[in-house]
Amino acid sequence: MSATQPTQQTDIFGKPVDEQHKDNYLTHQRGLMSWLFTLDHKRIGIMYMIAVLSFFFVGGVFAIVLRVMLTMPIADASNQMRFEMNDTRNIVESSGATVPEEAIKLLYEPGVTDAEAQQQKIEVVLTDAASSAGAGAKVVEYPELINARDAAAQKYTQDLTNHNTFYNQSFTLHGAVMVFLFIIPAIPAIIGNFVLPLMLGAKDVAFPRLNLASWYCYMGGALFFLWVLGKGILNFLVPTLEGVWGGGGLDTGWTFYTPYSTETNTAVVAATAGAFVLGFSSILTAVNFIASIHMLRPKGMTWFRMPLMLWALYATAVIQILATPVLAITLLLLIAERAFGIGIFDPALGGDPILYQHFFWFYSHPAVYIMILPAMGIVSEVISVFSRKHIFGYAFIACSSMAIAILGFLVWGHHMFTSGQSELLNAVFSIITMLVAIPSAIKVFNWLTTMYNGSIRLDSPMLYALGFIWLFTIGGLTGIYCATLAVNIHIHDTYFIVAHFHYVMVGSTLFAFLAGMHYWWPKMFGKNYSERWARWGWLLVFVGFNITFFIQFIMGALGMPRRYATYIDKYTIYHHISTGGSLILTVGLFLVLFVWIHSLLKGKQSPANPWGANSLEWHTISPPPHANFDHAPPATDPYDYSHWRWRPEIAGYVLNEDSEPEEKDAMARNDS
Amino acid sequence: MSQSKHAEYHVHVVPLRVLFAVFAALIILTILTVGVTKVDLGGLNIWIALGVAVVKAVLVALYFMHLRWDSPYNGLALVVAFVFVGVFIGFALKDSLEYQKYVERPALLDRLQQQTIPAAVPSEETTEESSSEH
Amino acid sequence: MNKVDDNHDPHLAHHFDTPVQQYSSAKIGMWVFLATEILMFGGLFCAYAVYRGTHPDVFLYAHHFLDTNLGAINTVVLLASSLTMAWGVRAAQLGQKPILVIMLLLTLLGGVGFMGIKTIEYSSKYSHGLWFGSDNAFYVKSGKYTNPEELTGAIEYGESHAMPHEDKGELTDEHLELQVKDAATEDVLDNQAAGEAQDQSLPASAQSNIGNATNAPAGLSSKFAEVEGDGSAYVTSEKKPLTYEDLDPQQQKLVSQFFQIYFLMTGLHGIHVLVGMALIFWLFIRALRGTFGPKYFVPVDLVGLYWHIVDLIWIFLFPLLYLIH
Ligand code: HEM
Ligand SMILES: [Cu+2]
Repeated sequence: MSATQPTQQTDIFGKPVDEQHKDNYLTHQRGLMSWLFTLDHKRIGIMYMIAVLSFFFVGGVFAIVLRVMLTMPIADASNQMRFEMNDTRNIVESSGATVPEEAIKLLYEPGVTDAEAQQQKIEVVLTDAASSAGAGAKVVEYPELINARDAAAQKYTQDLTNHNTFYNQSFTLHGAVMVFLFIIPAIPAIIGNFVLPLMLGAKDVAFPRLNLASWYCYMGGALFFLWVLGKGILNFLVPTLEGVWGGGGLDTGWTFYTPYSTETNTAVVAATAGAFVLGFSSILTAVNFIASIHMLRPKGMTWFRMPLMLWALYATAVIQILATPVLAITLLLLIAERAFGIGIFDPALGGDPILYQHFFWFYSHPAVYIMILPAMGIVSEVISVFSRKHIFGYAFIACSSMAIAILGFLVWGHHMFTSGQSELLNAVFSIITMLVAIPSAIKVFNWLTTMYNGSIRLDSPMLYALGFIWLFTIGGLTGIYCATLAVNIHIHDTYFIVAHFHYVMVGSTLFAFLAGMHYWWPKMFGKNYSERWARWGWLLVFVGFNITFFIQFIMGALGMPRRYATYIDKYTIYHHISTGGSLILTVGLFLVLFVWIHSLLKGKQSPANPWGANSLEWHTISPPPHANFDHAPPATDPYDYSHWRWRPEIAGYVLNEDSEPEEKDAMARNDS
Repeated sequence: MSQSKHAEYHVHVVPLRVLFAVFAALIILTILTVGVTKVDLGGLNIWIALGVAVVKAVLVALYFMHLRWDSPYNGLALVVAFVFVGVFIGFALKDSLEYQKYVERPALLDRLQQQTIPAAVPSEETTEESSSEH
Repeated sequence: MNKVDDNHDPHLAHHFDTPVQQYSSAKIGMWVFLATEILMFGGLFCAYAVYRGTHPDVFLYAHHFLDTNLGAINTVVLLASSLTMAWGVRAAQLGQKPILVIMLLLTLLGGVGFMGIKTIEYSSKYSHGLWFGSDNAFYVKSGKYTNPEELTGAIEYGESHAMPHEDKGELTDEHLELQVKDAATEDVLDNQAAGEAQDQSLPASAQSNIGNATNAPAGLSSKFAEVEGDGSAYVTSEKKPLTYEDLDPQQQKLVSQFFQIYFLMTGLHGIHVLVGMALIFWLFIRALRGTFGPKYFVPVDLVGLYWHIVDLIWIFLFPLLYLIH
């Protein structure tokens, strides 16, 4: 056994960290206030993590509600009869009488033409039953039975309305929470905040106060959504409340399309106000990232020597800056429309509802690249590190990020092919949309080439990254189907679209997010997690995800429309498989959560550089000290791994002895 | 990379002369843009108005906002913002002009109806006339 | 880190190496933020462009309701306040405290003047029933004016701006036209009132057309024949619309849209002016205390940028709203 134990904190040279340097950002200050008022980007990242993951949970609950509701659609004809028969029986029995099964069957016999004959038949059955039942039991009379049947029919209609309302509200809140509160902030705000200054070798982001303000904006926006949600739940439990404080919940879909969103009595204004405030959080993060990347790069880190994650975050920030304000004005117009009836989007006032869609998608298509670009950044890091090979085609990957960011602004019309957009623009948007596939494919090919001949380690971050490549390829290729005008007419607003965007949003962004979390986890908390269980978690998530969503491509191509609480029998099997998959996915995600919590409680101390990566965040101890670095590290090629050597006794990599003096020298020089 | 430049970087102070010259130019352009609306140039008017506005905006940005002496990235931010607003307006405007024919169609039909309702009375006469011919 | 502290520059945050780096970061951050402002207004400009592009006559007609003189005065006021702001930044950079204080005060006065004139404009709009949302006399919902009582007055108010320089000298004609117009407006109102009483057997859409039918512009049918099958030809008519009746029913419905867009754009701009004034007031207080000097003028610079962008947006708003030809 060597002197250094894995339980001890070690620096990048593998030497144990002495007492006076043990202080890290987690222990630097204590108490709730030290977190709520912190200006430390690492702590803000962690606070974002807690908040964003909580809303991931909320969105997830809605997802499960949706999938479970879809296994019991109450609206198709055979179900309707079954429900009404049951209810009739229950109503009769609750009045203290009984009804023979045969009478009910006759009552609901399909295809009856002669009503009177049927009535006689039923009455015969009823009198037979009454005479054979004896004195104690009371058998229902025919008129009462008919009353019960009518009551059951009414109850069914009521149930159906409730069911549909509940479903509409669930999918809207699922979508809105997942998009605005989870997937947009997930990678930039959690991982980006944490690693961006570290990767720059900087002490913090350029504007730490704005960074904290962005977290509060997030929480403020989230409060609006909680208000919408809470109002919805209370209105559901106590229907009279709706008269008191207006409608709750939200049933417009996450897209808030007019004119429905200006007419529904659900809490549209609160929800849009929430999204508006969340927009500020997004903008503040982006301003910070752009200024930091411009101004805080260390000596020697030119634009084309930045880690690709920084390129990705930069491109993301550019989109956030250019797109989010348009969302803000869209939402303001929507609020003005509801509050003052200005009618810009209202056809009854000569307004133009298609214009709303232009407004909305001018933000929301670029927003999907806000989701995917940072994910691609993570994958670029992970693939290279775990193949132990320099990233292939660095400049291509970097430039394709910017190309995607810019092209992403020119394709929004592909969401409007069937909504009345002109033929000319349909064609133009279709062509430009196909062009986006080029930079996307450039990235995929470069990742594959990076892996070629590499010495690949299948640790959990790499597994997620490989999952990403696979799922993004499917998602992106089906995007081409969607972008093909003729095909789009067929599949628009079907489950095919649902499958497409879940492949890119969940399959790609969530997978990359998990890759990033597993990759930087040891740096964030200085604790190792159980690699074995993490892999099991990956397997469940991967398998569950594919079962849930692949089947939806088929279902959608067969014509199952999206946003319906019910369907004809033909689709039953697909929905059941999908729901089964979603349960596996849920179990997998909880397993991942369990692995993380276990690591926090029981995890062993992790070394400064467990993966042998060379970007600057691995040049400091884990977890990093309050000021990130004792000495500013030298910026070298982030994908050159030759200086790092595996040290089994600390289960991590250390800097080569030969490069040690150089590194120290460079650090000393940088400080001056 | 920027560090080395920082060493010599010093803040530029705009001479008062320049500020006043720019202000005068802005006022003259304002008068020009008001004056030109009195002349009917057809479709050209709006482009002149926009052109003058762009020149004024460029003057404000270059001199009042110091862009002329600033890091080019700052200017880039402004230019990119305008370009993307242009993209947005360009596509949305082109589209709405294109589909107007479908929006206008019902209005066209409306007007046709207006014609036929008052015309209903004389048209009866015509039918009578034509039937009396037989 | 210690070395940085040695500088004893109280304004240098710990994560920057040099004041210049800090200054440049602040600048780039501000510029990026200004880009978001431009895109936010860009949305409204887009709405403007789409409505004006598809209904130029409506905008041409409705812009007469705005007071070009007040708009032009406001432009000058805002440009002047931009000059004083730029001068203020210069004064801060040179450490000329008295000049800085005076310039900030003048800029603030410019803001007050601008908002004052805006208030005059708004209140005259309000008093003529030309307000935001459904409080606009031109607001037509499902074939009904929401405040028909105000319509005639509002039309007169707006068209009186338009008449003089378009139809100079033809007083009698103008008079005549006004009378015709009044009669026609009353016609519309009568029809509105009689709306319910009209033949119930007609479909609702046809009913609402009856009102329009009586005052449909003459010669429509020939025009229809000319351009049938080409809807876009409808976008421009041969004659500049000077009166409400020159507009066809579809266009009349859209007049209120001009006001909605006008209030949205100038309102959002006004809010920005107010924010800018608050910031300048804050600078003013700090300048009085002598906070700013050659070593520390970033806040003056940044607020200046903000003030100029507000000015810059007005530079576009003015010709687009007030000077439609
Ligand atoms: C590789 C390039 C991609 C192409 C060509 C593409 C194409 C399309 C098209 C044409 C549609 C419209 C389908 C319809 O509604 O009829 C669509 C929908 C959608 N896409 Fe993509 N897409 C791509 C990548 C992505 C990515 C990376 C994301 C997100 C991370 C994404 C998220 C979405 C979403 C959320 C929708 C549906 C929105 C809704 O209607 O609610 N797409 N995609
Ligand atoms: Cu899209």
